[in-house]
Amino acid sequence: MNTIALATTGDHVGVNGVALAVLIALFALVTVMGFMASKWRRSSLESLDEWGLGGRSFGTWITWFLLGGDLYTAYTFIAVPAAMFALGSVSGFFAVPYTIVLYPIIFIFMSRLWSVSHRHGFVTTSDFVGGRYGSRGLSLVVAITGILATMPYIALQLVGIQAVLEVTGLGGSGNVIVQDLPLFIAFAVLAAYTYSSGLRAPAIIAFVKDTLIYLVIIVAVIYIPSKVGGWDHVFAAAEHKMVTPDPVTGKAPGAYIPAPTQYWAYATLALGSALALFMYPHSITATLSSKSRNTIRRNSTILPAYSFVLGLLALLGWVAIAAGTAPIGLDGKANAQLVVPQLFEDMFPSWFAGIAFAAIAIGALVPAAIMAIAAANLFTRNVYREWFRPSATPAQETKVSKRVSLGVKFVALVFVLTMDKQNAINFQLLGGIWILQTFPSIVFGLYTRWFHRWALIAGWAVGMVYGTVAAYNVVKPIPGGTQHFAGSVAAIPVLGQLGYIALTSFVINVIVAAVATVVLRALKAPAGADVTIKGDYFADEGDPRVRPLDEPVHLTTPTV
Amino acid sequence: MPESRDPVTPDGVDHDTVPPASRSLLTVAGVLLLVPIVALMWVSSYARVEPKLGGFPFFIWYQFLWVFLCSACTYTAYRLVLKARPHRRMTSDAPKNQGEGR
Repeated sequence: MNTIALATTGDHVGVNGVALAVLIALFALVTVMGFMASKWRRSSLESLDEWGLGGRSFGTWITWFLLGGDLYTAYTFIAVPAAMFALGSVSGFFAVPYTIVLYPIIFIFMSRLWSVSHRHGFVTTSDFVGGRYGSRGLSLVVAITGILATMPYIALQLVGIQAVLEVTGLGGSGNVIVQDLPLFIAFAVLAAYTYSSGLRAPAIIAFVKDTLIYLVIIVAVIYIPSKVGGWDHVFAAAEHKMVTPDPVTGKAPGAYIPAPTQYWAYATLALGSALALFMYPHSITATLSSKSRNTIRRNSTILPAYSFVLGLLALLGWVAIAAGTAPIGLDGKANAQLVVPQLFEDMFPSWFAGIAFAAIAIGALVPAAIMAIAAANLFTRNVYREWFRPSATPAQETKVSKRVSLGVKFVALVFVLTMDKQNAINFQLLGGIWILQTFPSIVFGLYTRWFHRWALIAGWAVGMVYGTVAAYNVVKPIPGGTQHFAGSVAAIPVLGQLGYIALTSFVINVIVAAVATVVLRALKAPAGADVTIKGDYFADEGDPRVRPLDEPVHLTTPTV
Repeated sequence: MPESRDPVTPDGVDHDTVPPASRSLLTVAGVLLLVPIVALMWVSSYARVEPKLGGFPFFIWYQFLWVFLCSACTYTAYRLVLKARPHRRMTSDAPKNQGEGR
């Protein structure tokens, strides 16, 4: 508990040597693994299928580790308990129903996306949308949205690493270079092995990451509550904090159990987030790297193991309330984001705190790498090749993608170092709203060509604008003015209940797209060519790929 | 769109059709997938403290319970869809996709 006393007096806690040594050792281990990954099960890294999708060869268990490592990011591990700690169950615990209903939802449509991508060699959702609707515009819209939504997400992974470094006492004082040096090193290492090994690097590192995360969280939920007086005390302390009105504002700080006025918010946050998650490019990349149609379905039955762990982790936010954890940053200000690293630092022996910090830091590397690869694939396939170099060979595509993956990470780093952290969080909030607006084009497109390509663009545009404005208008008074983007829920038009802005925008998007489709069809607007046939959506491993030539489908589909 | 093409292949199957499936099995699978979503969206059914389980409020342990129930539902649905729609090969005598990627 010394650390708390020191921190609250504004003194900087010294560097925790043992924890730092363990952290560095594990970091070095995954670095070596990341570079060696390029030799793992490879034929050649000279195509995007190899560099960007790991050869489309991953079976059920590798995919389980990869998707688990990809979806349950370091930022999630920092932000969910932080929300529980500061705001309670509506803002934090919705992550549990979110990551449960996620799996029946993806069970339904992801195998179709896998099959059609397998047949046509699609690497991104934009590839699919372009082929399905014969629309370069719609394909570009999906690509740009994906890249925009992913960038702040990568930045937040670096914020996750920063949080850990801050608690170990690194990066506090001194000049700018010394302060951010550890982050630079982590970034450079990540960039280098992603460049050389592609998706195989995070696939291998995910084994380490997930093992460490399971170990740390299971130990934490067994060991820490017993030290702070048991679960009864934890829940009593959480209830007390959440229902006791703030002396300044007179309002309760958060929710212990959602009140009737919060049911809609809780449900729409869970559903909207679940619908959005597999629209993110990094989720798609990890899914398309699997080797058969049913790999993702089998995974939807075993991935909930991570949801269970995420629920336990969320509760650590309340354990920290009972433990009296004081998450104070090195600048002396309270920062709820530090609550879990600080709890580990206070409660665990140094060596195990080091393992816990490594779990979070490595937990940031896996999704950051996959996100950078996914964004790079989108840029290369759907911007560079589509608009600038239609004749690009697979080798050229890979070269561009590798370089773009570096650029993407660099932008994320600049983002983290130059802008206020709050900006990264705001943009990530917006990213969630934006990415859901691509759902109609992608998922409805897997089932029907009824929607008109221009109507989908119109729906997307209205959804983007509505969501952005609605999020901007969520304000919170802060000293010296108001803060915009202060949350992700707002009143739902017509219903009047509070709901997740992303889902409201999505509904408006679908309505606009449907109405515009009726109009465009009445006007007989050209529908665009569809390169897919119905059977493509059911293809499996072993079914031949349609030749990527500009020949009519019937010449290439059959026997060859 | 299909009029302009001839997707009927030498194996005699029109691949521009949905492979045949058992409607009833697919419906059961669909219901199984819907149940967890409806249960968790129905927040008023579980937003309460009692009955507690080992100190955990109902709100918390009930949602943890659904992790397992949902997994059971998706697994059953998986077995059902495999049975409902056996894979129809895209071609009868095509060699595996040669060259890049595989």
